[in-house]
Amino acid sequence: MQHLVRSFGSVTAVNDVTFDVRRGETFAFLGPNGAGKTTTIKMLTTVLRPTSGTLELDGLDPVTQSTEVRKRLGVVFQDPSLDSELTAWENVDLHGVLYHVPRRVRRERGEALLRLFELWDRRNDLVKTFSGGMRRRLEIARGLLHTPKVLFLDEPTLGLDPQSRNQMWTIVKNLNATEGVTVFLTTHYMDEADRVADRIAVIDHGRIVATGSSAELKQQTGADSLEAAFLKLTGTTIRDEAFSATDQMRQFARFVRR
Amino acid sequence: MGVVYILWLRELKKYLRSRVQIVASLGAPLMYLGVLGFGLGPVFRRAGEGSYLQFMAPGVIGMTVLFTAMFSGIAMLWDRQFGFLKETLVAPVPRLQIMIGRTLGGATVAVLQGALIFAATLVAGFRPVSLLAIPVAFLVIALIAIVFAALATAIGSSLKEMQGFQMVMNFFVMPLWFLSGALYPLQGLPPALAVLTRVDPLTYGVDGVRGVMLGTSHFGVALDVGVLVAVGALFVAAGAWRFSKIEV
Repeated sequence: MQHLVRSFGSVTAVNDVTFDVRRGETFAFLGPNGAGKTTTIKMLTTVLRPTSGTLELDGLDPVTQSTEVRKRLGVVFQDPSLDSELTAWENVDLHGVLYHVPRRVRRERGEALLRLFELWDRRNDLVKTFSGGMRRRLEIARGLLHTPKVLFLDEPTLGLDPQSRNQMWTIVKNLNATEGVTVFLTTHYMDEADRVADRIAVIDHGRIVATGSSAELKQQTGADSLEAAFLKLTGTTIRDEAFSATDQMRQFARFVRR
Repeated sequence: MGVVYILWLRELKKYLRSRVQIVASLGAPLMYLGVLGFGLGPVFRRAGEGSYLQFMAPGVIGMTVLFTAMFSGIAMLWDRQFGFLKETLVAPVPRLQIMIGRTLGGATVAVLQGALIFAATLVAGFRPVSLLAIPVAFLVIALIAIVFAALATAIGSSLKEMQGFQMVMNFFVMPLWFLSGALYPLQGLPPALAVLTRVDPLTYGVDGVRGVMLGTSHFGVALDVGVLVAVGALFVAAGAWRFSKIEV
């Protein structure tokens, strides 16, 4: 993407952002609350149109070729997007129909993914009976059903316990290696980014302030951990942009973890 | 086609799984049927209009279909709140298919609810003129369901908050029902009320059902069906347009 800008009225959420993600890599997009991460993801996933600038995904333009781009994307949003009144299997199957996955592939790959994410035994239970971790796993399994080229994970581990987080990343990294799916993730857990990402971009106030591997970022800032490097790059002041409920939850989660 | 079908099926599954809601949503129409049907019956008969239960049963069916169909608009707000709407909107399918699947699903559920109430009116003593009239009447009922499910989609796409729909229910759906002539004959109304009843699409729906089931109608079944088809086409277009404008 090049010189990407998105404004909401007089507020510019993303201001002249340029970076590229290589095929098959795991790319972490880090930034404080309100830095412009989700807005950028929304533009890449064709949900929002950029105010200016150009985007390219697998040689396609998300603005003019949105349907083609959508076929190549698996998106796990920050907020849940499952239908809790349907069973796990019905959610997966419905997704497969929406993405034109043939019936046989839906059945086979759906089963393989649900087994992989340890949800197969619960496939016929309504999602409303699932825990937070199970829902997250189901969303990711669902997002992978149509064999996307890029998997977008917007804070996929928010509110998960270390066991679930660990398991989730092991599976995702594995698929990244075996299927070559490019993973684009955002997170607030620096240890996670450190562990799973090949390269990291740090965004703040709608601008990219640094790009590179975790080691490069640490070296650049002279910090001994990614967290310290992140704080050096983005400052230590608490951001209090207009808070949404999710932001509050995130703040709270951070507070609890201290 | 698969997309329309699976979204239609989703609405149906959700409906069949919510037994409590099915029973609860039958409460209001049953109350109207029982209390007004039998309570106002003697007055109606004395006025020389025959059986009030016969007269109002199609109205109560219309009411059920109206409320159930409009409720699918709330379901959409619900989906927006809980994220499922986003899952469908980022899928590589035209929004029109999504909108049609949802709307047909909502309409089908409304027809099923209407069928349940129809069964209840039979128990209460309602008698259509012939058995053949029943399937024909359900074609008209299906039209009513599509008209209001499409309207609900248009409204649901335009609202962002649950609270908004409460307003719609109170200030829009209730008048639609009271102005439809479901409870009173359309002859000899004061001019202002006569005009209002004529702009209410449900009036033609109830009149059409009455025309088929009882053999007496105010406007004639052909005009009723014509109006429903025209309004239905308009609302589906409006719903599709509003749905295409949703931002997540």
